[in-house]
Amino acid sequence: MTQILIHNVRIIDPANGLDLLGELRIKDSKIEAIGEKLDKLPGDEAFDGKGRVLLPGFVDLHVHLREPGFEHKEDIQSGTMAAAAGGFTTVCCMANTHPVNDEAAVTHYILEQSRSKAAVKVWPIGAITVGLKGERLANIGELQEAGCVAISDDGMTVMDSQLMRLAMDYAKGFDLPVITHSVDANLCHGGTMNEGEVSCQMGLKGIPREAEDIIVARDILLSRLTGCRLHVAHVSTAGAVELIRQAKAQGLPVTGEAAPHHFTLTDEACQEYDTNAKMCPPLRTCTDREAVIQGLADGTLDCIATDHAPHAIVDKEVEFDQAAFGILGLETAFALGYRLVLDERLSLEKFILALTAKPLEVLGKTYSGLKPGAPADLCLVDLDAQWVYRTAQSSSKSRNSPFDGWQFVGRVVHTWVEGRQVYAV
Amino acid sequence: MKETPVRIPHILSMADLSREDIEFIFQTTDRFREVGGRPIKKVPALRGKTVINLFFENSTRTRTSFEIAGKRLSADVINITKSSSSVSKGESLLDTVKNLEAMAPDVLVVRHPAAGAAQTITRMLKARVINAGDGAHEHPTQALLDLLTIRDHKKTLSGLHVGIVGDIAHSRVARSNILGLQRFGSKVTVIGPKSLIPLGIEAFGVGVSYDFKAVIGDLDIIMMLRIQGERHDRLPFPNLREYSRFFGLNLQLLQKAKSDVVIMHPGPVNRGVEIAPEVADAPYSLILNQVKNGVAVRMALLYLLSGTEE
Amino acid sequence: MNASNKNILLEAIELKALFDRLASEIKEREVLSGPFQLVGIHTRGIPIAQRLAKLMNRDPDQIGTLDINLYRDDLSQASEMPVVKETEIPFSIDGSRVLLVDDVLYTGRTIRAALDALTDLGRPKSIALLVLIDRGERELPIQSDFCGKKVSVQPQENVKVRLQETDGVDRIEVIDRQA
Ligand SMILES: [Zn+2]
Repeated sequence: MTQILIHNVRIIDPANGLDLLGELRIKDSKIEAIGEKLDKLPGDEAFDGKGRVLLPGFVDLHVHLREPGFEHKEDIQSGTMAAAAGGFTTVCCMANTHPVNDEAAVTHYILEQSRSKAAVKVWPIGAITVGLKGERLANIGELQEAGCVAISDDGMTVMDSQLMRLAMDYAKGFDLPVITHSVDANLCHGGTMNEGEVSCQMGLKGIPREAEDIIVARDILLSRLTGCRLHVAHVSTAGAVELIRQAKAQGLPVTGEAAPHHFTLTDEACQEYDTNAKMCPPLRTCTDREAVIQGLADGTLDCIATDHAPHAIVDKEVEFDQAAFGILGLETAFALGYRLVLDERLSLEKFILALTAKPLEVLGKTYSGLKPGAPADLCLVDLDAQWVYRTAQSSSKSRNSPFDGWQFVGRVVHTWVEGRQVYAV
Repeated sequence: MKETPVRIPHILSMADLSREDIEFIFQTTDRFREVGGRPIKKVPALRGKTVINLFFENSTRTRTSFEIAGKRLSADVINITKSSSSVSKGESLLDTVKNLEAMAPDVLVVRHPAAGAAQTITRMLKARVINAGDGAHEHPTQALLDLLTIRDHKKTLSGLHVGIVGDIAHSRVARSNILGLQRFGSKVTVIGPKSLIPLGIEAFGVGVSYDFKAVIGDLDIIMMLRIQGERHDRLPFPNLREYSRFFGLNLQLLQKAKSDVVIMHPGPVNRGVEIAPEVADAPYSLILNQVKNGVAVRMALLYLLSGTEE
Repeated sequence: MNASNKNILLEAIELKALFDRLASEIKEREVLSGPFQLVGIHTRGIPIAQRLAKLMNRDPDQIGTLDINLYRDDLSQASEMPVVKETEIPFSIDGSRVLLVDDVLYTGRTIRAALDALTDLGRPKSIALLVLIDRGERELPIQSDFCGKKVSVQPQENVKVRLQETDGVDRIEVIDRQA
């Protein structure tokens, strides 16, 4: 029996047209009331929100929880604790586990583990193809029935265009969005970072930006052919942003996401052969970073998703060539995004939408947000807090972040999932 | 006589060396060339020091050169050759390097197929590290001996026009030489089929040409690179015969070059592919001078790195 | 000038007399045992050897120069990168009587290194040693054959030979390193 009255707090939920200084009562798992001044009820546990901002809990369309199969990197418990620390109340976990989430049994396992161990809500994403091999379709209908909210071969690109067309045709019939990881495997050809001046100077094999653009263009065309909803994950190039912009202008059911590292860093972060700057798609040039920020600002890119990809030290403390792709993202996403707000590159409203209502829209799910009767999925942020991110103190099992030691302004201080406090700073 | 300008902790990249640093290294190298000319070619300078040659790639030439250099300085030289395959079978670079720490090396000479490996190793152990070639990144000791060979022959390193011909994309020798030559104000043009010229090379401030015949007449030095067939799972040109026809150096093409042009090659030479045999052996070819300077330069580097403590 | 940490041991004029005396001592010895070939040790041994050669009416360009850096036993104790200077012997070492020339004889380690360096270049018939100053405190069994002046100083004191050629002034000083 929970009954918390959060008072003296600024409450913002742009999707519900809410921005007021007032009070919000959590009763059990739900929001009971919101207003400038609520009547005090017996049993109210007072929570002073002075100087803080109460937001709907964030939704991340793109995380790797690594369970089952890679629990040495992360598991559902540690990954969702990191999510809670980042203000996320729902995370969608990618299918590249071991075994791959390409059949209902794996989906059931993930949901079962989540019920007992997860700090936040876990929504699985199923595979497009069996074993992410790009050879034949996974049991997509069965995956949806088991609880998958989308399908994706994330980490791999379905290179066979005919198979991709089949997948999108088939998914359309189940009204499932297809989330794509867009790197032309042939053009990438063993590349490990963005191809350009920095890769040339470092002597590393590059991944041209066109490797992403080609696949995004193909999949947009297949979306036109099939009518299937296409969500382009971690857009990293100016070209891909422009292609999505054009697709939207044509009214195609295409959405896109930006990862915090792509709107924060460029390929220069790879210098010194820092494997914590190695991810796929790779960090690009300044032009691309600016295009991604512009895409978020004008709505071309719908949401911010972290691509939280934990890796053990043995996967990262190796030659750059050999290092695993990917970095932690959940705990730094809010602070990195808020930098754009502070720099006046993105409005606070758009920023919050990109973490709350927009991801649900991408999945075709109804957004409730902050309103009486809605689940009490909330996070409280301190927009003035100065803090330093330390991977040593991360809830994640892994430490692979290029943002270790970064000084930030704006921090998540409390997170509630269905009225239950899952994180306090 | 120049006094020592700085302390150089590691030799990883030519980008880390200023013109003064390079001149200081050459000044020290001259002293070691004198040692190389003595009946007793050995000095006790590094007695009790341990130099480990850690080679993850086969390179008899570079390894031997470092080995002779170390032994002439009386260091204990240990050669460890690892095939990259044994490393990928489970022993990581970190494991390998940590195991070496027990031998307390003073200098670690590293050859590795991955770019940045030498730099990564500096974060893993205390020894001074010399990069003896890391993937397609750099090969600074080769560049130093190339610069020295050019200086010996042309009496200057400034105002020259150097053409580097071949597989620029995969050449650590090209990158290191470009950086070194530019320190002295020489002009570099990279020459090859466009499929072997990496995107972004312009950022080095070099000229680019896809037509060897058209530019050869303007060059003071022609540096031919080895075509590294093993680095390509798909040849970036139709075949070696066609490559040789457009980018190989033969006597006929050499007619168009300046009369005092000199030819260099980091070796090992693919005779008949990038360079015709009669060109490789001609008097204007400095290929053997390069080998000789290699030992002296490496003696200087081993000595200078061992000469200071952290 | 601070008198408390710097004492003049010899002024220019006294230094000149000392050179004259050393030159005549060498010549006396040569009458008995045959001519010496002068080899100066970097840095100040070289101008000293050149001056002595001039005083003995010989070509100062014909002296040998010796750098002992590659023969030192304390390489890593330096904080700067070592500068190796030129070793050049314009005569054959084999069979010659070499007179090694240095400024100050202290622990003897420099001379030990010089002996190794010299014998790596050939097989001299004999090697003798000349120093301007012997300050004692030897760590090796090495003595000079010709010595300008023996002095007794404290361990924390430095004997500094300054010469016109290298320092712009002829003077020998004792400097207290702690002051
Ligand atoms: Zn991905």
